[in-house]
Amino acid sequence: MNAEMLLLTALTIITAATPLVYAAIGELVVEKSGVLNLGVEGMMLGGAVSSFALLHLTGNAYFGILGGAFAGIFLAGIFAVLTLGLQASQVATGLALTIFGTGLTALLGKSLVGVGHSGLQKLPIPFLSDLPVLGRLLFQQDVLVYGSFLIVPLVAWFLYRTSAGLTLRSVGDSHDAAHALGINVLRWRLLATLFGGACAGVAGAYLSLAYTPMWVENMTAGRGWIALALVVFATWRPGRMMFGAYLFGAISILQLHGQAWGIRVPSQLMSMLPYLATIMVLVVISRDRGKIRKHAPQSIGKSFYPTT
Amino acid sequence: MIRLYKRPAPSRLWIFLAPLVAMVLTLLSGLILFSLLGVPVVEAFYAFFIEPLTSVYGLAELGVKAAPLIMIGVVLSVCFRAGVWNIGAEGQFILGAICGAAVGLSLKEVEAFWVLPLMMLAGIAGGMLWASIPALLRTRFNTNEILTSLMLTYVASLLLAYMVIGPLQDPFGFNFPQSALFHKAATLPVVWPNTRLHLGFVVALMLVGLVWLLMSRSMLGFSLLVTGSAPRAGRFAGFSVNRSVWVTMLVSGGVAGLAGLFEVAGPIGQLLPKISPGYGFTAIIVAFVGRLHPVGVLFAGLLLALSYLGGESAQISLNLPVAVTGVFQGLLLFFLLAADVLIHYSLKPVTTAPAEFTGLTNTQAQHVANSEQGAP
Amino acid sequence: MIKNRKLLFQLAVSLLSFAGASLLVNAADDPFKVGFVYVGPVDDHGWTYRHDVGRLAIEEEFGDKVETTFVESVAEGADAERVLRKLATDGHDLIFTTSFGYMNATIKVANSFPDVKFEHATGFKRADNVSTYSGRFYEGRAVIGTMAGMMTKTNVIGYIASFPIPEVVRGINATAIAMRKINPDAEIKVVWVNTWYDPGTEADAAKALIDQGADIIMQHTDSPAPLQVAEERGVVGFGQASDMKAYAPQGQLQAIVDDWGPYYIERTKAAMDGSWESKDTWSGILDGMVQFADYGPSVPDDVKDAANLVREAIVIGELHPFQGPIFDQSGKEIVAEGEIIEDGDLLGMNYYVQGVNGSLPK
Repeated sequence: MNAEMLLLTALTIITAATPLVYAAIGELVVEKSGVLNLGVEGMMLGGAVSSFALLHLTGNAYFGILGGAFAGIFLAGIFAVLTLGLQASQVATGLALTIFGTGLTALLGKSLVGVGHSGLQKLPIPFLSDLPVLGRLLFQQDVLVYGSFLIVPLVAWFLYRTSAGLTLRSVGDSHDAAHALGINVLRWRLLATLFGGACAGVAGAYLSLAYTPMWVENMTAGRGWIALALVVFATWRPGRMMFGAYLFGAISILQLHGQAWGIRVPSQLMSMLPYLATIMVLVVISRDRGKIRKHAPQSIGKSFYPTT
Repeated sequence: MIRLYKRPAPSRLWIFLAPLVAMVLTLLSGLILFSLLGVPVVEAFYAFFIEPLTSVYGLAELGVKAAPLIMIGVVLSVCFRAGVWNIGAEGQFILGAICGAAVGLSLKEVEAFWVLPLMMLAGIAGGMLWASIPALLRTRFNTNEILTSLMLTYVASLLLAYMVIGPLQDPFGFNFPQSALFHKAATLPVVWPNTRLHLGFVVALMLVGLVWLLMSRSMLGFSLLVTGSAPRAGRFAGFSVNRSVWVTMLVSGGVAGLAGLFEVAGPIGQLLPKISPGYGFTAIIVAFVGRLHPVGVLFAGLLLALSYLGGESAQISLNLPVAVTGVFQGLLLFFLLAADVLIHYSLKPVTTAPAEFTGLTNTQAQHVANSEQGAP
Repeated sequence: MIKNRKLLFQLAVSLLSFAGASLLVNAADDPFKVGFVYVGPVDDHGWTYRHDVGRLAIEEEFGDKVETTFVESVAEGADAERVLRKLATDGHDLIFTTSFGYMNATIKVANSFPDVKFEHATGFKRADNVSTYSGRFYEGRAVIGTMAGMMTKTNVIGYIASFPIPEVVRGINATAIAMRKINPDAEIKVVWVNTWYDPGTEADAAKALIDQGADIIMQHTDSPAPLQVAEERGVVGFGQASDMKAYAPQGQLQAIVDDWGPYYIERTKAAMDGSWESKDTWSGILDGMVQFADYGPSVPDDVKDAANLVREAIVIGELHPFQGPIFDQSGKEIVAEGEIIEDGDLLGMNYYVQGVNGSLPK
C-alpha cells in the first residue's frame, strides 16, 4: 500500500462519513433539546429527491442543496406539529415519518429515475489546496464537505459557549425547570427539530448530489439509522459524533479494501465489522457513568406542554 | 389560535373516540390524496380496508400478518414502559428463526411430536441470547441499548445471509441461498383449516392477556413500571433498574425469537436470506399506536396488518404503486398518533396569548443544567 | 357547500363506477390477465425495472386483449404466498414471479390453482403449471470479459458482487475465463457488498477497487453507482441489466441488457392460445434474452471486432463460455480441452476459476 493509495482511501472515507455527519449533528441538536426524532431516514430521502429534482430542473447543484434543506424542514415540520403541537408519541411519529417519507419520495421521484447528472463540483480553496497531502485531503472538496468540517465545531460552540445553547440544553434536561424560568420550551424544541430536519435534508442532498449523483428509490439504504446510532455513540457530544462517523466510515471502507486484497474471511463477517466495531468502542467509552449523564439530555423523548 | 388544556384525568370517552376521529381524518385525507392521483376514491378505500376482509382466507391472512406484530409489539410495550429501549427486536426475531431452524433441520429424520416444541425452545433461546448482549452491556458496562440492539440487527441479518449459504444450506438445493424445507414434524400446524393461520396468532392473543395480567396485577409488573417512570423512587422501593433491564430484554428477545421461529416454521417453511419485511421495527410503531397497552397493541397490530394487506390489494385491483401505500400508511399513523391528544387534553381557542420568554441569562441556564446533573 | 356537493357527487360517481366494475368482472370478453410479482420497486433501475420493461412489452404487443398487473416490493417470505394467491383468485391467468426467493411459494400456490399458469424466474422447481426461466447472462459476461482483457492496462479488473450465490459466481468465472484467453496476466479482484442495492456502498466498493489498481469496473449489483464512480475517476466499466449510458457517457464500454420482453410475449401468447406447457427456459444471446447496448466512445475497433466475434461464436454454438481447458485457482486443469461444463453443474457453481483473486466466501 503506497502513500497515494492511502490518500485516496482517506478521501473515500471522507465521502462516506459526510452524510452521516450532517444527519447525526442535526439529530444531536434535536435530542439535546429533549426531542427524539427517529424519522431521519425519511427526512434524508426527502432531501435527496428534492435536491436532485432541483438540480435536474435548474442545472444548479446549489439550488439543490437549498431544496434539500427545505424538504427536510418540511418533513420535520410535520413531526413537530404532531409531537410538539399535539403531543403525539415521538418514537412512533418518527418511525411513521420514515414510512411516509419513503413512500412520498418514491412517488415524487418517478420521473427522475434513469437521469444522470455530473453533480456537485469540487471547489478547491486557493493556496491551501496546494499543500502537500492535506491540500488534496481537506481543501479540494465540494462545499458540502467543507460545511461538514465547519458545522460540528459550530454546533459544539453553540451548545456549550452561547447562552442560546445553554437555554437549549436546559430545555432538553428539564423542561419543567426551564418552563418555570420562563423559557418557551416548545419554541426551542420546534427550532431544534427544524434544524435537525434541515441537516438531514442536506445529508440527503449530499447523497444525491455528490456521493452518487442520481435518484433511485430508497437510496439512503439505512444511513439515517446509522446517524441515529451515532448520536447515541457520541453520548451527545459533537466531537465524538464526528469521530464516530469517521470510525464507521473508515471501517466500512477498509473492509472493502480488505476484501479486494483477498483476505480469507467470509465477506458477511467483513460486512459486520462496522457495526461490531461501533458497539465495542461504545462499550469502552461509556464505562464512565457520570460523564455520560452529564451530556445526556434527561428529558429526551418526553412530551411537554405548558399548563399555564 | 387553539390551545391544549390538560384534562384533570384522561378522558374515558376519548380513549374510544380518538381512533374514530383518526379514521375520519384518514378518510378525508385519503379522499384528497386519491383524487389528486386520479384514483377512484371509493374503490381505493374498498381495496384498502374492506376487500382484504371479504374472504375467509383474507381474514386468516390478517392473523398471519398481525401475529408477529402483536407478539413483538406487546413485549416491546413492556420494555418501553420500563424505560428499556429495545430497538433491535428485528435482530432477535432473526436469531430465533436461525436457532429454531437449526434444530429443526438437524432433526430432519425424526418425525416426533417433540420436534416442534424443541424448535420453539431453541427459537426463544436464540432471541434471548441476542437480547442478552445489549442487556449485559447495559448492566455491566453502561452501554446504551439503543445503539447495541440496533447494530446487532444488522449483524443478525448478515449472519442469516451466511447461514443460508453456509452451515444451514440445503445440500440438494444447487448451492442456492436457502435451507431445506422443514419436514412435517418441524412444521407449524395451522389452527384454521385451509388457511395459513398458525399457532402464532393464538400465542399472540395469549400474550396479550398474560402481559395485561403481568402489568396490572403483579408486583413484577409494578416494579417495571416504577423503575421505568421514576428510577429514583424505584431504587428507594428496592426495585433494581438492572433487574428491569434483564427481565424486559430477555422476555422481549425470547418472544421476538419465538415469533421468528413461527414465521419460518409456519408460513415460510424454510430459511431464506430475508425472512422479515421489518416486523421488529413495525412492532415499535404498533406498541406506541397501541398506547403501550396490551389490548391497544392487539388492535394496532391488526390495523397495521390490514393496511399492509390493503396496500397489496390496492396494487392488484387499482394498479396503485406501492409508494402510495407508504404515503397513505404514513398519514393513517400520523392521525392515529395525533388523535390521542384528545384523551389527555381538550382543545380550546385562546383569546389572550400567554406571556412569553425567549431566553435565559447564562446564570439561570447554568442553574438549570446544574440542578439536573445533580439528579440521578 | 358547493365543495361538499362536489365531493358527494364524486363519491356517488365512484360508487357507481365501482358497482359497474364489479358487474363487469364476469363479462365474456374479459381481457387475458397477466400478473407480475416483483422483489424490488419498479424504479430501482435494475433487476425489477427490467422485468417491468418486459411487462410493458406485453401491453404494447397485445393492447386491449391483455391486462397486466404488478405488485412491487413483495418481501421474499410469508408475504409472497399471499400475494400470489390473491393474484390467482383475482382471475389472473398467467403469473410471473421474478425472484428466486418466491420459488416454494410459487410451487405451493400453483398446486392449489391448477388452471393458472405460473412462471418462476431463476429457480429450479417446476410443476405441470409452473415453468422456470432465466437468462444465460454469463454469455454476456464472456463478451465483456473479452473486452476487459483487451483493454485493461493495469491487468486488474474490479468486480463488485452482491451475494455469493451460484448466479453471481458463474458471472465472475465466465468473465475470468474469457479474459484469461486474451490476457493471461489479468486478474479479477472481487468485493462482496452483501446487498443487491445500496448506491453508496456500491460506489465505495468501486472506489476501493480503483484505488487498488483496477482500471475496469464490473458489477453484479443493481444501481448505476459503480459505473458513475468509474466515469468520475476516469476509468471505464460495464452497465448492468440496463443501458446505463446516462450515468457514464464516456465510461460505459458496453452493457449487458436483460431483455425479458420477447419471452414474456411468447409465453403470454402460448397461454392465450392454449399451447402453454411447463418447461425450463435458459436463454442467452441467441434468443435475445441477453442483449447488449451500443459500444462506448472509447472502445477501439479491434476490441469491438473481438467482442463481436465472441458474440457471434456463442450465437452459432461454436463457443461455449465454459468450454475447457478451464483451470482452478491453483492452476490445476478441472475441465479438459474440448469439454464443456454441463448446465446442471453451472447451475450450482460454487468455486472460483483461475484468474480470480481471493477465496470464495463460504
